[in-house]
Formats: sequence, C-alpha cells, structure tokens
Amino acid sequence: MNNLLIWPVALPLLSALLALLWPRRSTWIGVAGTGLSLSAVLLVSRQVVESGSIELALGGWAPGLGIALRVDGLSLLMLLMSSLVAMAVAVYSSVYFSDSERRGEFWVLWLLLITALHALFLSGDLFNLYVTLELLGLSAVVLACLGGSRASLQAALRYLVLGLLGSLAFLMGVALIYAGYGTLDMAALGDAIEAGPTAWVALSLMTGGLLIKSALFPLHFWLPPAHANAPAPVSAVLSALVVKAALYLILRLWLELFDGVVTQASAMIIGVLGAVAVLWGSWAALQAQRLKLMAAYSTVAQLGYLFLFLPLLAAIPEGEGRDLALGALVLLALTHGFAKSAFFLAAGVIMQRAGHDRIAELGGTARALPVTAFTIALAGVALIGLPPSGSFLAKWQLLSTVFVTGQWLWLPVIAVGTLLAGAYIFRLLGHAFAPGEGVGPSLSVGREEIPAVLLALIATLLLGFWAAEVWELVPISAYAGGEA
Amino acid sequence: MTQALIYALTGAVLFMLGVRSTLLRDSLLARILGLNVSGAGIFLIFVSLAYRGDSMPTDPIPHALVLTGLVVAISATALALALNRRLREMDDE
Repeated sequence: MNNLLIWPVALPLLSALLALLWPRRSTWIGVAGTGLSLSAVLLVSRQVVESGSIELALGGWAPGLGIALRVDGLSLLMLLMSSLVAMAVAVYSSVYFSDSERRGEFWVLWLLLITALHALFLSGDLFNLYVTLELLGLSAVVLACLGGSRASLQAALRYLVLGLLGSLAFLMGVALIYAGYGTLDMAALGDAIEAGPTAWVALSLMTGGLLIKSALFPLHFWLPPAHANAPAPVSAVLSALVVKAALYLILRLWLELFDGVVTQASAMIIGVLGAVAVLWGSWAALQAQRLKLMAAYSTVAQLGYLFLFLPLLAAIPEGEGRDLALGALVLLALTHGFAKSAFFLAAGVIMQRAGHDRIAELGGTARALPVTAFTIALAGVALIGLPPSGSFLAKWQLLSTVFVTGQWLWLPVIAVGTLLAGAYIFRLLGHAFAPGEGVGPSLSVGREEIPAVLLALIATLLLGFWAAEVWELVPISAYAGGEA
Repeated sequence: MTQALIYALTGAVLFMLGVRSTLLRDSLLARILGLNVSGAGIFLIFVSLAYRGDSMPTDPIPHALVLTGLVVAISATALALALNRRLREMDDE
C-alpha cells in the first residue's frame, strides 16, 4: 500500500509527457492529469489519517543510498492545499488559455510544476529537495514569462537568477551537511545534527537561500513584478503555492533537522524581518494602483506573518503548546494559499473583461460581475483575518502564543498589519462596488468565475470550520524531534 | 587528506567569487556565468568529499550528486541564456 506515495508525483509527470506528445489535446490532458493527482493525494490522505505517516524507499533501496519519500501531517496538508488549488486553477485555465497559442506550452509546464511541488513535499532527502527546488523554480520561471511582454520577461529573468542563487546556497549547505554527517537522509540527520560550526554555516546557507525563494523582506523585491506580470492562473499558483514550498522547507529545517542548533537570537532576526515584511508589504499594497500588484504586495505581507511564528516556536519547548502554534502557522499558510489564489483568479476575470486592472477604474464591477466581486470580498475576509475564516483562528492562536511567551514586540505589528489589510481590501471593495462602466456590460456567470469562488469559500468557511482537523494532523511527524 | 582539503577550499573560493559577481555585476551574461562558477565550486567540494584515502575506494554518492547537479545547472543556464536572448531581440525590434 505504501506505493501510493509514487502517484502524486508520477501521475502529473506522465500527463506532462503525454501533453507534450499530443499538444492538440493538451487542455484535456492537463485538467485530467491535475484531477488524477488530486485523487492520488486524497488516497494518500485517507491512509495517513487512518495509520499515521508513511515512508517509501524508492526502488527498494534503503534510505541513505537510495531516496526516501515520506508523508506526515505537515507535508500532507501542504499536498492537499497544492492539489486542491491546482485543480481549481486548472479548470480556470482551461477557459483562460482556450484561445491562446501558448496553450500547449502552458499545460506541459503546469503539469511539471505540480510534479515538482508534490515531489518537494514528499521528499525525505536533502539532495532530492535541491533537485525538486530547481525543477519548481525552472517551471515557475517559464510559466511566469508566458505572457510574453517585456516586463514579464525581465521580471522572470530576475526571478530566475535570484532563484538559482538561492538554490545554490541551499546546495552548498547540503554539501556541508554531507561532509559533516555522511548522510542526506532527513530522518537520520534529525538525530545526528548537533550544534557546531558545520551545522551553523550549513543552516545559515540553506536558510538564506530559502529566504530568497520565500521572498522575506528585504529579499522580496523580485516577487511583486514577477507575480503581477504573469498570466492570472500562473500568478495564482506562484503566490499561493510556490513561495509556500520554500517556507515549508524552512519549517522542516528549523523545527526538525536543526532543532538543537537554532538559537533564540537567530529566530528573533527572522521574526523582525517578518515584522518589517508585514508592515512594509501591507503599506505597499495600500499604495498600489493595480489590482494584481496589490495582491502581490499582500503576499509579501502575509508571508511576513508566517515568519513571525519562528521566534515564538523557538521559545516554546516541544510539546502540546508548540503543536498549537505550529498548527496555527499551517492554518494561516493554508488560508492564505486558498484566499490568494481565489483573489488572483478573480483579478484575472476582471482583467479579461475590462482589459485593465487599474483599481481606481473598477467602478461597476459588482454589477457586471457579481460572482467575482463576491469572490474578492470573501478572499478579502480571509486576508484580513475576519471570522469565520481560517486565518481568524490562526491569528487568535498567534496572539495567545504572544501572550504566553511574553514576546510583546509582535503585538503592535499584528494589530497594525491587520488594520492595513482591512484598509487595502476595503479600498478595493469601495471601488469595485461603486457605480461605473469600467468593466463593461453585465453578462451571465461564466464558467471561469466558479473555481475562484470555490477557493474563496474554502478559505473563509471550510478552513474556519475544519480548523480542528488541521491541528490534529500537524503533530503526526515522520521525523525525529517533531513528535508530540 | 591535504590534497582533498586544497580542492575543497578552492571550491569554497570559487563559490564565493561566483556569488560576488552574480550579485554585483550589471551584465546579465556575467551574472549567469557567476552562477556557473558558483556551481562549479560546489561540485568541486562534492568531488573532494568523495576521496577517502588511497586505501579505500571513493565514495560513489557525491559523484552521483554531482552528475545530477550538472544536468540541473545546464538546464538552468540554457533557460537563462534563452530568456536573455529573447530580451535582446525585443530591444532590437
């Protein structure tokens, strides 16, 4: 039954090859391939809920020489988020790219991106993680420049160079780990790594590389142009999923592999950078004139919240308290993933209908596109953190962790960040619900509007009501040092 | 062991030189080359890690890693160069 773990990686990969060989049917293959990978993930999740984490040694080679695939609570939640978001975005893209000459290229790259994401979340080996990071980065860069404009090419090239620098720093850390401990299997390393110069240098190199990829302030500058200039479905997965992959790796490294090495001081540095990201990103989102740029800056801010958790997690001893905080982090990341992808898809609908995404000229959107305006409002609820969204519960837990650990510094950051988020969302809604002809005549509900509203509903309602399941899944760990 | 150490240190120096030109040079081609130099430095470190003394066979795992890494590096370089050329063509039009 453990062979199940192959399918979330193998199915999108095989579909990508099929789409390459048969470009005329690529839309069909793309949607079906995404759907098949989603069902594979659902099968895996049933297995994990029933019997805990799963490990698979590929080809029968024991981990150490061979490569292990592992799934536990954290990776399962990330897999579920990525495959659900991918499914919705694929349905949207089948409309978005239906008349485009780039259709064939899009679907091949799309399936490769899903392959890389799933492989990254399932990998139990550091070098394999490097390979999946590169696969993810390369397919994301090509998808980001599919728009073909000069601005998007320039942004994509900068994204590529910085991403490569990030993964090389990660690889350098991997080399040091191999030199110091003679293995790259993460389960074995969890016990082996001890505080010392090798571990410190390796951790800083790997974290530094991943911080570039997860766009933490001040390494965020590549993100807004790259995400805002990509085609809408691509922006949605870049903002919702691809940056989360680097964050996921940082969590694995800091909480499981290097848990004896991380010091409170280093976690504080990351926390302070996260705090600046929250304030600066929200402020820039408030100033943005274009809808997609606003959404991209909002991603910078939302990622900042996730990094606020690191100094808190470092201050709490392992056990129930830390699992509560970690659960809140994951819930916030999941809610943002669903809400931000919904937001970008809605922005794409508006852009295709109106021909622009200038916020000041969006009057009449609510009348012409009621479903899309509703989607933006719902996603906005989740981005601000209002009840009943998942992020409301997550921020609540964040605040109570701040009280427990006495790190009062973060309190004003969370308050101001939330107010600014409220301000930029309501500024947008004010324009969208105002009278005007900016978007054109009223039409019936399009097929492309449905996926976005479903994603927004997951973020605002489902994750709010099912938050307890997230907190139950997070403590299931496949690695030493993470068990509750 | 000293010989392996010399190789590893050279690799570390190459890595830093490459990072420096990737960050500081303006020309895109120089930055792409910088990334390649960095990568070569890391591969040199991996290869020197494989050496386990004259009496022992070399460790095959770092070699396998370097081979995989080379494939990734070549694909990434090709993509960067292609994007760079596309940008140039747009400028010429």
